[in-house]
This record gives sequence, structure tokens and C-alpha cells, in this order.
Amino acid sequence: MHAALPVHNFLVLSAILFAIGTFGVLTRRNAIVIFMCIELMLNAVNLTFIALSHHLGNLDGQVFVFFVMTVAAAEAAVGLALMIAFFRNRESIEVDEINMLKW
Amino acid sequence: MFDYIWLIPFFPLLGSVINGLFGKRFLKSEALIGGIATAAIGASFLVSCTYFFRLLGLGPEDKVHEVVVASWMSVGQLQIDWGFLLDPLSALMIMVVTGVGSLIHLYSIGYMHGEEGFYRFFSYLNLFCFAMLMLVLGNNALVMFIGWEGVGLCSYLLIGYYFHKKSAGDAAKKAFVVNRVGDFGFLVGLGILFWTLGSHGVWTVNFVEISKNAHLLGTGSAVVTLVTLCFFLGATGKSAQIPLYTWLPDAMEGPTPVSALIHAATMVTAGVYMIGRMNILFAMAPSTMMVVAIVGAATAIFAASIGFAQNDIKRVLAYSTVSQLGFMFLAMGVGAFTAGIFHLMTHAFFKACLFLGSGSVIHGMHHALHHAHLHDDPQDMRNMGGIGKKMKVTYWTFLISTIAIAGIPFFSGFFSKDEILWWAFGSTRGHWALWLVATCAAMMTAFYMFRCVAMTFWGESKTHPKAKDHIHESPWVITLPLVVLAFLAAVGGFVGVPAVLGGSNRIHLYFEPVFGHAQEIFNISAHGSKSTELGLMVFSVLVAATGISIAVYMYVKNPTLPAKFTARFAGLHRAVFNKWYVDEIYDALIVNPCKRLGTFCWKGFDVKVVDGVVNGTGKLVNACSRALRFTQSGYVQNYAMTMTIGALVILAFYVFR
Repeated sequence: MHAALPVHNFLVLSAILFAIGTFGVLTRRNAIVIFMCIELMLNAVNLTFIALSHHLGNLDGQVFVFFVMTVAAAEAAVGLALMIAFFRNRESIEVDEINMLKW
Repeated sequence: MFDYIWLIPFFPLLGSVINGLFGKRFLKSEALIGGIATAAIGASFLVSCTYFFRLLGLGPEDKVHEVVVASWMSVGQLQIDWGFLLDPLSALMIMVVTGVGSLIHLYSIGYMHGEEGFYRFFSYLNLFCFAMLMLVLGNNALVMFIGWEGVGLCSYLLIGYYFHKKSAGDAAKKAFVVNRVGDFGFLVGLGILFWTLGSHGVWTVNFVEISKNAHLLGTGSAVVTLVTLCFFLGATGKSAQIPLYTWLPDAMEGPTPVSALIHAATMVTAGVYMIGRMNILFAMAPSTMMVVAIVGAATAIFAASIGFAQNDIKRVLAYSTVSQLGFMFLAMGVGAFTAGIFHLMTHAFFKACLFLGSGSVIHGMHHALHHAHLHDDPQDMRNMGGIGKKMKVTYWTFLISTIAIAGIPFFSGFFSKDEILWWAFGSTRGHWALWLVATCAAMMTAFYMFRCVAMTFWGESKTHPKAKDHIHESPWVITLPLVVLAFLAAVGGFVGVPAVLGGSNRIHLYFEPVFGHAQEIFNISAHGSKSTELGLMVFSVLVAATGISIAVYMYVKNPTLPAKFTARFAGLHRAVFNKWYVDEIYDALIVNPCKRLGTFCWKGFDVKVVDGVVNGTGKLVNACSRALRFTQSGYVQNYAMTMTIGALVILAFYVFR
């Protein structure tokens, strides 16, 4: 067998992707972009699961990835539906404008 | 043998409850309400008579009987019962209370006719009788204290009977508060007594037990002096002595039957009774007895002086009561316990008769003035005069009682007052100075009482011409009690004819089982030759006669003299008329500082501190929330940021652990 890449590489890549995704969620104004960043975070987590699954020789991690993907899909659907409803009221999907539940 | 003694206080309690609960709506007839109340106290009187005579028939060793109805508190060695004590002292007291009480209840049916709160009056009056009977029949200090407090309460309720009048409400409050100061003394005394006896292993508040074990406290010791002084403070409050007498003249705001019953015959005698009940303790404390005697004599002369200048007939009688109570305390203070209680009894007769008589006069005056649509004061003696011709029964009964109070032989007051004067002079615990002060007070009594008679019943009528022909005698329910009481005032003294006049002094023998022991052990007796005793007696009669003649001279023979006197001694007259400014002094020294303290506690403490803390807590919460509000911005990204930071903190904690 040829030598596999060390696990660290995958974990660091995953961390960087997660950080980028978090930064995007916290900073961007456009709701669609925020959803894309959330997807990025979820995929980073998926990468972690798979890398560790291969490293530990245990298939549990890969099975869990399926769950994560399912949840990601469902959540994207619901989120986009929410945004459509919001757009119908406000003509905009800037999250800055979603601020009525305050004191 | 005396198993139904509990009925004596029970009947008036029952009457009070029935009238109180059902009087307003269901018992519409005045006769029914008054009848129930009078029947209740009358029934008590019948039982009291039965037991009194039964007790008389028993042998001298068999005079003390305790009847325990139920146990109240049973804690370890301490046993306090709902118990009653029947001995010569309490037997005489219940006769006086129920007897005079019944007459006054009957009188009130006539006097309170037409009053809106008729049922309320009789309910309270019966309740008072219940409390007084508990006081005198109680076999331990706590049952006595129930009665003690109860009579104070009923006094408040009855003085404030005309509660729509501010003056009546104020007088009632004053009576209750001043009484309370005395009650504090009683409780402190009881507490110290209980604790000290307890430290010797005797845990009790029962009178018989206390008397048996009193020697443990040590004759003349500081403890027994302190205890008796505290009890005496209680007596000064209840019995209106210096310094706590100021409530009694104001108490005249209550209806006249109240003044007669509570402030002449019964409640005010509670202090004297209490000293009689605890005579062993007092005999063990000669210093306290001297204090009692001095206060009694001082009060007697002080109150008599104020009686000189009063124009309201009830005020004169009120100060007279304070003065006569002074005599009773003087008697107790010099060891003449029998004489003190004897005077208590005769005083109940003639003072109740005087008050009821004055009520009859006021009743007549009120009707006449009302008829003529005038607003003159029916109680002011300056509006009276010549009433003797118009209200014959009232006049003669009043006169008989006045003669009794002045100490003219052989009316009741003569025997009891002279006994006191003799003991003040010749007792082992007496002093000639006390006798002198008391004799002066006796002369002053004769003077101001006859002044009262002269201004009210003799001479020309000073009533407004439109009203004076409408003054007529009161109905039989009012005059019958007057006649009975006047009769008792006249002959009631013959139970105590002293040996020096050839009598057997039966009342002294009667009280032997109660007071004999203390008087024997501590050598308290009146010693002196028969000629001294007779001489003093003659002197006091002369003194009384002098007082009467001065009064007759000033108010009948030479009626311009009083006005000249007042003008000549204007300052003194003003001082006496204004009660020596005692109320004003108390106001300045005690009442106003207390009010200021109360106002400070209210505005300075309750509002600023307590409310401040409570409101401040609210304001603090408010301020915090105003600061924390900003975290709820409504921006989802802010919330996401908070979550992220939180997650990072937890992560950092685990990484750097």
C-alpha cells in the first residue's frame, strides 16, 4: 500500500473551511450567501468525519455523513422557503432588515 | 359546695353574647334587651348571695375555697387552671359588683332609653361585669389579668360609646393607653415574682401558693420591694392614682351609668382589691407600703383640690372618686387592709348613688332644655339650682350620699373613713403626717361635695326661664336604684362599728382569714389609747362640719363670696380649674415626644428605609434590565456571534486545561 496522507492535513483543511464558513455566517448580509456558508460549515464537518473514519478504520463516521447531508438538504429547503416568505413582505433578503423581535 | 361559682361570671358573659350577636336585628324591644342584661347580672347576684351567706356560715378555718373548672396550661411543674377562689375578700367583692351592677343595669334601662346603640351598651356593660368578676374571682394571677385587661377594654368601649363625638373617642383612647402603662407594671411584677419564686423551685401563679411561699423572697428584700412596686404601678393605672389618674376625669364622656359602675364602684377598685389579694407580699415590703400610703394621701388631697373649682357635676364626682381611691390606697399602705376594703364597699354605695343621682339630674335638665330648644350644657352646675324642690327623690338620695361621703356620723362613710384616719395615725406602719394630709383631704371633700349639692339642689334656679318649669323627677327605673343605694350608703357602715364606740367591728372579724395572717406576722396593727381614737374621731367630725359650714356659707348665705374669692386668688383659681396643668405637662414631657418618635419611625424609617429598600430593589432590577436590554437586538447574526464566542470559550477551556 502506498503511504496515506497524514490525517492532520484533512483536519486542518476542515478547520479552515469551517472557520471561513463561520466568518461568512457572521458577516455577510445576503441571506443566500449565509445559507451557502452554512453548507460550507456542514461540508467541513463531513470532511472531518470521513478523514477520522478512515484513520480509525471505523465506518461509523461515514454513515454519519449521510445523516448530515440529509439534514443539510432539509434545512436548506426550509431556509429558502423562509426567505421567499420574507421577500414577499420586505422586497429584500438582507438579514439586517430582519430586526423586529427586539425590545 | 361552691361548685357553681363559675356561673357568676358566666351569666353576664352569656347576656353580653346574646345582646351583642342578636341585639341589633332580632331583639327589637328595649325592655327585652335591658331585661336580658339585668336578668343576667341579677342571676349572678343571686348566686353570689347564696355563696356569700353559705361562706359566712362556715367555720373560721374553712373560709378559703378554690374551685377549678378546667386546666389551662400544664407545663412541667407549672399548673395554671381556670380556677376560682372564694374567700371573704372575693365574696364581698362579688356582692358589691353584682349587687351594685344589677341596680345600675336596671337604672340604665331608663337612662339609655331611645339611644340608637341600646343593645350595644348592654352588651358591653355585661361584658364588663364578666371581666370584673373574673378579676375578683380568679384563683391565679393570670385569670385575674384576663379580668384586668377585660375591664380596661370594656372601659374603652363604654367611654367611647358616643363614638361620633371626637372628645369621647379621645377620652376612650386616653383611658386605654394610660391603663396600659399600668398593665405593663403588673406584668413586669408578675414576671419577676414568677421567676424569683421559680428560682426557689416553686413554679406557680396561684394566689394561695404564692402566699404560702412568699417567705422565700425574704422580708424587706429588694426583690419583694420591686415586685410590689411594679404591682402598685398597675394599681395606679387601673385605680387612677398619681401619676396615672388623668384618664378618669376625661372618662366622664361616657354615659353616666358607665361612670357609676366602672369609674366609681368597680373597675377603679381593682387596684385596691389586688393589693388586698397580695397582702402578704405587700406586708413583706414596708418601703412599698410607705410609697403606697404617700401616693394615696397625696392623690387624695391633690384631687380634692381640683374638685373645688369644677363646674361640671360629673367632673366634681370624678375627682372625688380619685380622691376617695387615694384614701383606700392610704389605708392599704398603712396596713389597714380591712379599712381599705370597707371603704371600697361604702364608697361603691355612696359614689354609685351620687353618680346615678347626677345622671338623674342631667337627664331631667337635658329633657327640660331640649323641650325649650336651648343648647345650654345640662351638666354645668351653673345652669342648675333649686332642683331639690323639683326632683325630690333624686335630691334626698343625693343628699344622703353626700352626708355619707363627708363622714358624718353614723352614715357609712363615717365608719370607713374614720377607720382609715385612725390607722393612718396609729398604725405601726402609719405616720401622723399621713393622718394630717388625709384629714385635710376629708375636710376638702366635705366642702366641695356640699358645694356641689348647694349649686345643684339649693337656692334659686339659674336655669333658663323657658326650661326650668319642665324639670321633673325621673321614672321609677331610675329612682329605685337611687333609693336602694342611698339606703345602703346610710346603713352600710354598721358592719364596721369600731370597738371604741361599743361595736363589734364585724367586718374586721370577717376579714380575719384574709388579712389576719399578714397582720399578725408583721405586727401591723393600730395601737393607741381609746381616748386618742375617740379624740381623732371627734376631730374628724368637727373637720367635716367645718367644711360643710364653709360650703353652706359660701354658696347659700353669701353667694357673692365665690366670685370674690375667684377674683382675689385668680392665679390659684386658674391653676386649680385647669387641673394644675398636669395634662399639659404630660403632653409636653411624654405624649408629644412619643408622637415625634412615632412620626420619625413612620416618615424617617418606614418610608425612607423600609420602603426605600423595597423600592430600591425594584429600581435595581430595572436598571440592570435596562443595561441588558441591548443584547436583544433582533439581529440573528448577533445571536450567532454570541453562540460562536460561547463555543470558542468552552473549546479553549478544554484545550488549555
